[in-house]
Amino acid sequence: MIHRPITEDDLHAYVDGVLEPEREAEVAAHLEGHPDVARRVAAFSDQRDLLRKALAPIADEPLPPQLNLSGMIETRRRRPSPIWWAVAALLMLSIGGLGGWVMRGNLQGSPGGLAALAQEAAYSYSVYAPDRVRPVEMRASDSAQLVQWVSNRLKQPVTLPDLTGSGYRLMGGRLIATSHGPAAMFMYDDDRGSRLVVLTRPMISEQNAPMAPHSGGDVSGFAWADGGMGYSLVGQAAAESLKPIANEVRRQARTT
Amino acid sequence: MNDMLRLIEPVIPALRRYARALVRNRATADDLVQDCLERAVSHWGQRREGDPRPWLFTILHNLALSQFRRSARRGKHIAIDEANEDDFGQDAVQEQKLMYQDVLDKLARLPDDQRAVLLLVAVEDLSYADAARVLDIPIGTVMSRLSRAREKLQQEIEGPAGGAPKNVVQLRSMK
Repeated sequence: MIHRPITEDDLHAYVDGVLEPEREAEVAAHLEGHPDVARRVAAFSDQRDLLRKALAPIADEPLPPQLNLSGMIETRRRRPSPIWWAVAALLMLSIGGLGGWVMRGNLQGSPGGLAALAQEAAYSYSVYAPDRVRPVEMRASDSAQLVQWVSNRLKQPVTLPDLTGSGYRLMGGRLIATSHGPAAMFMYDDDRGSRLVVLTRPMISEQNAPMAPHSGGDVSGFAWADGGMGYSLVGQAAAESLKPIANEVRRQARTT
Repeated sequence: MNDMLRLIEPVIPALRRYARALVRNRATADDLVQDCLERAVSHWGQRREGDPRPWLFTILHNLALSQFRRSARRGKHIAIDEANEDDFGQDAVQEQKLMYQDVLDKLARLPDDQRAVLLLVAVEDLSYADAARVLDIPIGTVMSRLSRAREKLQQEIEGPAGGAPKNVVQLRSMK
């Protein structure tokens, strides 16, 4: 019987158990006649087992929430496709002038004022706060870069409110597009997972305005403006529990 | 939609294992897997029919590569996770854990390209052809890297500093 010579590749395929049965038998026979090769192959097999056992526990760990695939698919499904964005942009271009007029009719106060800011914060909350996959673009661990980034884009120094005293941890933030230019959004959550959003941007009108409550849908919040910067804090908590937090945000922005 | 869930979800534990073995840091690895899954979901239409595993590993591997390049450029050191966070009641279990940790440390000393081949083939059970696809190299290169990875790891295991079993004879590689 003529055997094809056993190659290095055959030995590895033997270790990995991927040879055809016939060839596997030929390799096994070869190993019987070559104890030094057999020892090497056995060592590779042991090594393979050891690696698999050493790494197996990782695959047995429960998946962290960030790897929830159904959540990702759901988020993806809800998000309009890029083509939709293009269509929407075209529509906005064609009716831009009219759009501005309609908005002014719907919202009380001057365009770009507190009412608009409050609305933008409520939109941001309803889009990003329910997102379980990527509610923020930059996480709290990168808060220094986050602040620098949004300050550059807003062309204003932005203060990052610290709400740990009120029981809310910073999750991170992102830049938001509004019809009055970029705004910075910061998101927080507490131990029960309820989330808060603080939105801030330079004000075109109403550059100084006292704190006013606003609500709509299932969110409520407070908006105010200080020295040209507008702020709005929104959440699903009761307005009376949001008020002291809004005061704290305002106090911190004033003192830094 | 359901297809996506049904085909991708069972692969996630293996993707985590591969990512962790490559970057050796739980948070960094899971971030890579998250990016990988998001890409898989948004590019689902671009996969080839059949087993999605090679496709998913390809996405993950390419993300890991750019991660390596980024951290090399920044000169950033990625912290290696502490070996064991769990409590072990028994010495035997503890000893075994140390042995596992030891082989993972040695694996980490392999060149990245050799480690990737060894992991894909010996741990993730990809065929040689699929590993070649994931790494975008000819199958002959897969075989030579696999061979070098196994030789090098074996030298580490048997090496004098490794605390290896003393009865293993140092072997010459085959001509």
